[in-house]
Amino acid sequence: MNRIDKTFETLRQKKEKALVGFITAGDPNISDSFSIIKAMCKSGLDILELGISFSDPTADGPAIQRSSARALKQGINLRAVLEMTGRLREETSIPIILFSYYNPIYAYGAKAFYKDALAAGADGVLVVDLPPEESDEMTSQWPGDELDLIRLVAPTTPLERMIQIARSASGFIYLVSKTGVTGSDGLDTEDIKDKIGSLRSATKLPICVGFGISTADDVAAVASVADGVVIGSAFERLIEDNLDNPDLVSILANKVAEFKKATKIVTSQ
Amino acid sequence: MHNNKVVNNKYNQDKFPDSKGHFGIYGGRYVGETLMPALLELDEAYNTIVPDPSFQSEFKRLLQDYAGRPTPLFYAKRLSEHLNGAFIYLKREDLAHTGAHKINNTLGQALLAQRMGKTKLIAETGAGQHGVATATAAALFGMECRIFMGREDIRRQAPNVQRMKLLGAQVVPVTSGTMTLKDAMNEAMRFWVGAVRDTFYVIGSVAGPHPYPVMVREFQRVIGNETREQILRRTGGLPAVLIACVGGGSNAMGLFYAFMDDPLEMVGVEAAGKGIETGKHAATLGQGTIGVLHGSKSYVLQDENGQIKEAHSIAAGLDYPGVGPEHSLLKDFKKIQYVAIDDEQALEAFHALCVLEGIIPALESSHAVAWAMVEAKRRPKNEIIVVNLSGRGDKDLGIVSAYN
Repeated sequence: MNRIDKTFETLRQKKEKALVGFITAGDPNISDSFSIIKAMCKSGLDILELGISFSDPTADGPAIQRSSARALKQGINLRAVLEMTGRLREETSIPIILFSYYNPIYAYGAKAFYKDALAAGADGVLVVDLPPEESDEMTSQWPGDELDLIRLVAPTTPLERMIQIARSASGFIYLVSKTGVTGSDGLDTEDIKDKIGSLRSATKLPICVGFGISTADDVAAVASVADGVVIGSAFERLIEDNLDNPDLVSILANKVAEFKKATKIVTSQ
Repeated sequence: MHNNKVVNNKYNQDKFPDSKGHFGIYGGRYVGETLMPALLELDEAYNTIVPDPSFQSEFKRLLQDYAGRPTPLFYAKRLSEHLNGAFIYLKREDLAHTGAHKINNTLGQALLAQRMGKTKLIAETGAGQHGVATATAAALFGMECRIFMGREDIRRQAPNVQRMKLLGAQVVPVTSGTMTLKDAMNEAMRFWVGAVRDTFYVIGSVAGPHPYPVMVREFQRVIGNETREQILRRTGGLPAVLIACVGGGSNAMGLFYAFMDDPLEMVGVEAAGKGIETGKHAATLGQGTIGVLHGSKSYVLQDENGQIKEAHSIAAGLDYPGVGPEHSLLKDFKKIQYVAIDDEQALEAFHALCVLEGIIPALESSHAVAWAMVEAKRRPKNEIIVVNLSGRGDKDLGIVSAYN
């Protein structure tokens, strides 16, 4: 059983849901970013999604676009993110998912990426613009299957396609709560509940929901129907609003603790 | 750097793209899951609706009665005599409605959108020609229209912004990145993700995810079909060389495709900007490496970490660090030769065509004219060069006067 499976198993026993945090590696700079992420991992994050910045993030809204731009200005690249992953692995035992667009991985080489990601202590990868139709070219170069490939299911994905996606997924399924880019407003819990219902008929994997979740109330609402809640833009906005604040690290850590608490108040299955 | 040998590697047109949109290793669909069902729906619609005779007859009627096709093939006598070499013929896409070849494609896509039941069109634009052509098609079909355009391009192509607004479109300024075509395309894709259920994204080049590269090629190949017939009728023979500028590559693909089995040379002209050696250029096929941008795999201008580099060209429509995937395959096949012309050479050609032929060309098309001037001088007088004059230059008067 790998770290991701173990995490969900433990949470099930504790009757908690997973708090999954997305954070752009290298924002606002590489050393502060490491301190922020380390503190978040120790404040209740169950799974870390470590964002690898890309110059043209077409699936992301303004908050993550700006955080990526800040990180790129600091000279972040895939090699540096893998190095940071290795250092984080010495500090935390929670699963680390590398979150990327395809081009940085393509430029690095799929085989080298697999080896170096595993060596650094990563548990999975989510490639936002690599649908099942194209992902063979990456996974066929992987010498093993120890790295989970996290798949996305969107509000526009029909049931038949959900089944097909679930078949090649591992770790957990990332359910995108709404059409639009990351950080969009508005959350429709009823709609999410319906989608999860359909998805449960297609897979036994845990289902984590992301996009548009920004408050502790949102977290509690989604945690009541899903196995995990993904927060990204809300963290990035908090970093952006506190770039010059000496308490930046503890502000992020406190926010994680607040969200984690909300994953423990679970009303229905 | 160049030889006069006829290039005739066999390019099997029927083989590309495959059912998933791959041109060899290029092309494909590299997009987020939210867009995948929309692309699959579009692919299905494209394969069933477009071949239908009723679609084809309406498309042909629009190209003829609305866009003004066929466009003339004009012998540029004074330019040819001035150069004292091969004969230069100009395919006058600048005379198509809205002033560029872009209208061929937007009429096709708008007609498809209408038959799919979509009520809103969005598009990215660089020089504004594709934006104007999309806004025009939207007005014609009574659809809502939103055009994404980089703030830098809004500044340098102001006349086209005004035209789009007059046509009833909303022009959305894009302020991310270099605020040019690449960023406009990023923003159009982001908007589409949120509006995918009722909105049709009209991509203006043979770029983007499948089926756009093949669809745009098919809607543009009328250029080459007409040209081939016109030159055979006029001269009884084929040209020695075809020349077109390449940004994303739609006018080049439109001209070249009818000639793929013919024994002649084809040259795609990229923008060398301020000079290849300065790094400020848009010579994607000449200088780029293979990568994934805007939904397909192709040559791109990027650094060793896979981050996309800024492009530069005086011509907003060529100022793009990517290129259509089929061009990448044709480059590898050595079926098409790709060269580059810098800002100054393009401006010289612009002025030459103004005073020698009474034609004000778009700065994009001026790159093709500039290469034709190079070719004409070194070719014998019995050879024919056909240049795709893809657009007119009214939009560029501000840039040209500011440069002097």
